[in-house]
Amino acid sequence: MPFAVVLILLVLGSVLFHLLSPWTFTPLASNWGMVDFTVDVTLYVTAGIFIAVNLFVAFAIIKYRHREGVASKARYEPENKRLETWLTGLTAVGVAAMLTPGLLVWAQFVDVPDEAHVVEAVGQQWHWTYRYPGADGKFGQVDAARINAENPMGIDPEDPNGQDDVVVLDPEARLPVNRPVKFLLRSKDVLHNFTVAQFRVKMDLVPGMDTYMWLEPTELGRFEVLCEELCGVAHHTMRGAVVVAEEADFESWLSNQPTFSEMGNLPHGDPNIGAAQYAVCAACHGQQGEGLVAMNAPKLAGQDPWYVKRELEAFKRGLRGTHEEDVYGKQMAPMANTLPDATAIANVVAHIATLPDEPAPATIEGNAVRGAEIAAVCAYCHGRDGMGNEATNAPRYAGLNDWYLVRQLENFKSGVRGAHPEDYYGKQMGFMGRILKDEQAINDVVAYINTLGSDPAANLAARAGN
Amino acid sequence: MEFILLVLAAIMAVFLGWLLKQSFNTSPWVADPVGDRAHEAPLGANAKTVALTVLLAVITSFFALILSAYAERMDLGDWVPVAEPGLLWVNTAALTAASLAFQWTRQAAVHDRRGQLLPGMLVTGVLTLAFVAGQLIAWRQLMAQGVTLSGNPANGFFYFLTAAHALHIAGGLYVWARATLRLATSGAADAVRQSIELCTVYWHFLLMVWLVVFGFLLST
Amino acid sequence: MAYVAIADRDHEIEHHDPQTFITKYIWSQDHKVIAVQYAITAIFVGVVALILSAMMRLQLGFPGEVHFISPENYYQFITMHGMIMVIYLLTALFLGGFGNYLIPLMCGSRDMVFPYMNMLSYWVYLVSVIILLASFFVPGGSTGAGWTLYPPQAIMPGTPGVEWGIVLMLVSLAVFIVAFTMGGLNYITTVLQARCRGMTLMRMPLSVWGIFMATVLGLLAFPALLVSAIMMLLDKTVMTSFFMPAVSSMGADPGYTGGSPILFQHLFWFFGHPEVYIVALPAFGIVSDLLSTHARKNIFGYRMMVWAIIAIGGLSFVVWAHHMYVSGMHPYFGFFFATTTLIIAVPTAIKVYNWVLTLWQGHIHLRTPMLFAIGFIFTFIHGGLTGLFLGNVTIDLPLSDTYFVVAHFHMVMGVSPILVVFGAIYHWFPKITGRMYNETLGKWHFWMTFLGTYAIYLPMHYLGFQGVPRRYFAMGDTDFLPQSAQDLNAAITISALIVAASQILFFVNVIWSLKSGKPSGPNPWKATSLEWQTPDTPPKHGNWGHDLPVVYRWAYDYSVPGYPDDFIPQDVSPDKAPVGRDHGVHH
Repeated sequence: MPFAVVLILLVLGSVLFHLLSPWTFTPLASNWGMVDFTVDVTLYVTAGIFIAVNLFVAFAIIKYRHREGVASKARYEPENKRLETWLTGLTAVGVAAMLTPGLLVWAQFVDVPDEAHVVEAVGQQWHWTYRYPGADGKFGQVDAARINAENPMGIDPEDPNGQDDVVVLDPEARLPVNRPVKFLLRSKDVLHNFTVAQFRVKMDLVPGMDTYMWLEPTELGRFEVLCEELCGVAHHTMRGAVVVAEEADFESWLSNQPTFSEMGNLPHGDPNIGAAQYAVCAACHGQQGEGLVAMNAPKLAGQDPWYVKRELEAFKRGLRGTHEEDVYGKQMAPMANTLPDATAIANVVAHIATLPDEPAPATIEGNAVRGAEIAAVCAYCHGRDGMGNEATNAPRYAGLNDWYLVRQLENFKSGVRGAHPEDYYGKQMGFMGRILKDEQAINDVVAYINTLGSDPAANLAARAGN
Repeated sequence: MEFILLVLAAIMAVFLGWLLKQSFNTSPWVADPVGDRAHEAPLGANAKTVALTVLLAVITSFFALILSAYAERMDLGDWVPVAEPGLLWVNTAALTAASLAFQWTRQAAVHDRRGQLLPGMLVTGVLTLAFVAGQLIAWRQLMAQGVTLSGNPANGFFYFLTAAHALHIAGGLYVWARATLRLATSGAADAVRQSIELCTVYWHFLLMVWLVVFGFLLST
Repeated sequence: MAYVAIADRDHEIEHHDPQTFITKYIWSQDHKVIAVQYAITAIFVGVVALILSAMMRLQLGFPGEVHFISPENYYQFITMHGMIMVIYLLTALFLGGFGNYLIPLMCGSRDMVFPYMNMLSYWVYLVSVIILLASFFVPGGSTGAGWTLYPPQAIMPGTPGVEWGIVLMLVSLAVFIVAFTMGGLNYITTVLQARCRGMTLMRMPLSVWGIFMATVLGLLAFPALLVSAIMMLLDKTVMTSFFMPAVSSMGADPGYTGGSPILFQHLFWFFGHPEVYIVALPAFGIVSDLLSTHARKNIFGYRMMVWAIIAIGGLSFVVWAHHMYVSGMHPYFGFFFATTTLIIAVPTAIKVYNWVLTLWQGHIHLRTPMLFAIGFIFTFIHGGLTGLFLGNVTIDLPLSDTYFVVAHFHMVMGVSPILVVFGAIYHWFPKITGRMYNETLGKWHFWMTFLGTYAIYLPMHYLGFQGVPRRYFAMGDTDFLPQSAQDLNAAITISALIVAASQILFFVNVIWSLKSGKPSGPNPWKATSLEWQTPDTPPKHGNWGHDLPVVYRWAYDYSVPGYPDDFIPQDVSPDKAPVGRDHGVHH
């Protein structure tokens, strides 16, 4: 008897949970309302079966349960062909009712409308980038073997179709509202999956082949892109965004993005001009970029140029140095703004690259052995030698100021750095910062990093040897 | 994957047809005195034959899957077919001869021509070993030509298929060796008759597998 | 060559009669001992996997607070948890454990037909388990590729355990497949060849049918896993490019060209989907027998049940790509596989109806095994129905790779089969040990497990609706999930920990009852099938004493009109009891 009651309560509870649950599909932002409709049809059919069958079981238990002292015998009935045929037929009808809309919607999904414009989303461990075909509407050929720091997409430089391809190296794409878009999906390394929950559709990215899906964004706004196919240890940090904008805003944004041929002609910094501009920086960071702990300014000499450039731009754009608790970041932000444009940044970066890379003194005490265990996960992106890897957007940390690393790890952990919605790299590192338990863990990790950084030149040589 | 589906469909069809015969039109709830039909065996055979049949189905599935993967992988554009060494024809002949020799030995066992058993077994073994040795030589020839395992997927499949087939032959040779040894030491023909029966089937089967595999390799 | 029934040949067969402790319990060729060895090993690794899941739940419920679990650990745990539960626990326990124990006893045989090979099967299985567990201790740890082991990521930097862990995993799987094949040949041949007189196929209990068909599926499907494991091993060790395309891995070129990751997925799921039924079909069979016995009623629609098992088994080979709707395979496959997948719902639904109709007009004894059996009906209906969402290609678009999938497959092939496992252990415990388990503890165990797991997985579907992806170490802040989603996650974790802890009740019950349980007698449930009719309880070596049993009727003669008892064992001859003809059979 209690069992029957529990069954009835479970059925009621499930229905109530469904009706009262605040957890349901996120509001739809694409044309795929039919997907939601199919879900609803299936939900009603299956809920009906769920309720009916389980209540039947409960009723059977109540009616036919064994009771002490009451003699009764089960009915002997090996089979009942009529009943079985009926049930089979009804089930087939129910199945057809669910399958039909499913197949119809799928037919729409596999058939991309002719007027759709094409955007390519490219996945890599653990980062999104995008490519737009440019004025000619055609993409240049790509090849994994061509991928390098200057040509992160691996576009064929000889292919005329590729010259005007717009390359977006930030994990943020823009789309015009109410225009169908075909996403071409491509991966550089492993399987990924391009998902925006509000769009309802998703598809895997498979290295070695192109996959696709299409949709029509119907709502303005910013939608988070997730990778939903396990792609390694930082899978959960592989985030991006699609910003759906009015057609005009989209067009103006697109025209401001560099094309593939423009990327090849980016300003090469002049270290001599940069030296003059660096004078402002030297006040805090030191003449040789050696870093001054008293000024809370970290060592710059030896840091990867692409990283210095990225962070200078981040300061300028307000992605860094805008959090109210980021005291030193807020000091840096106006300094970065003294660099008027990309050329100025390139010059300073070029100058910094000429500064002598002397190992920074160790100031942090910690258990390097424990730190090494925790830092195993850092090596995936930053390299075992801590020398950074541009391909994973991970800067060098070996041989830099350890007190600065401690502060940044604290900032990542507490969310002071990486709070800005467009600071994807900071957000990514925030995920990793949060695995550090406390100050001690941070010190241990940095103590371990200090053991790496004793001789950066040797590290580099070792890496070249590999 | 069509290939494996066809093979499985065939296996399943045989299996289902047999099941249907067992279960169609029976009323399981009716009790009966035990009649002759009540314990009829499935294949009119004994346990080892049944087990061997099942094992052959498993091996069929295994090779069909490799060939399915082969067919899928072949279409991907980077396929450079292996130029099969002519030696494979000789090997094929050796394996065919081994199969025939086994058949002859089996006939000898059935008709109780005891004196022919040991020679038959030895000839079979020598021919089979010649096949395996020939396959190894073919490998060496290919290696010498620079056809390495990792050079091209076609090479990979070639080595994988031939190695898998040779390993199955080796398994058969183990049973063959035990039977031959018993025959040589005790001369007890009755004790090895079943081994000979089963091995013959197995040899024929592996010959068939080889012919299919070889045909696949040649045609691609 | 005419077949001679095993019963008539019985006297010809030499029965080895183990005497020493070692031949009796360690190097034993007795199917019952091998069954227990299989079961103990499987349950042991199952507990390891359960602990891993508790760790994962801690991380998911309280991200940022459980610092002893790194992202690497987390992905290693999900991989090992999945692989252990699916293969090394459920497959091994249902086929190696219950298959070994039940087939000879239910078919009226003295043992498996090849006892030596049967023994080898267990020891090879043990080796595979040891290799698998060893991967926790090698440099780099076990693989973190997810239980599906998808390349390229499974063998490329960026995934934990890429040096040793993945190699050990693949080797362990290959060894497992060898063990399974040895066992499987035995199960099939025993069912086909060693049934006692009168045991026609259509008189076999559904447990045997389920195990039999699952073995057929396993024998035909495991080669796909073997092939893909070997090919991936070659890709990993000698740089072939079966599955590995040309890639740029973190700025470096690992040197592969042109392979197809999707080919691996096809092979994997060609095994992987039948694998679902390798686990489910024995559960279907066993639960049918539990329901029938404890409801004192014949299983409703026996023939339909047999044919449903066979149909499901056959169809399970043509639905595999429903795991791959969003994998990038040719989208037109979606039409075909969605259709076949939903068709398979029909025989599955028939099974559910027949279980439910077996209860109707029965005489239901709600003992512990029956509670688990009815609990199974509930969870299986739930899990089966959510399968209609995911199998329907369109609905898979939003729900694939989310917690909806996790919730679905845990309901349908985690909780449901495990409920059957427990029900079956309680049901056959008296036969295996000769003692009764403790009913009160058993009921507590049921309630904690049943309600607890539902509290885990019902809400989990809703995380999936919201779009929470699976295999995320941490969700972090997103702009589409409310904070309450994390609260729900924490609640799920608490339920999971309670369920995990409450399994102690099971072990306490088993261990206590082994020593101090009441003697059960040979047939405490008044069941009809042969294993309850053995001359000794627990059955001795050779099972049947001097003479093999003779069967005259099916295994479901419960409450036959005109007979004083409410059950007629299969070996009661027609001149002593009614024959079942014309008793309320509708045509």
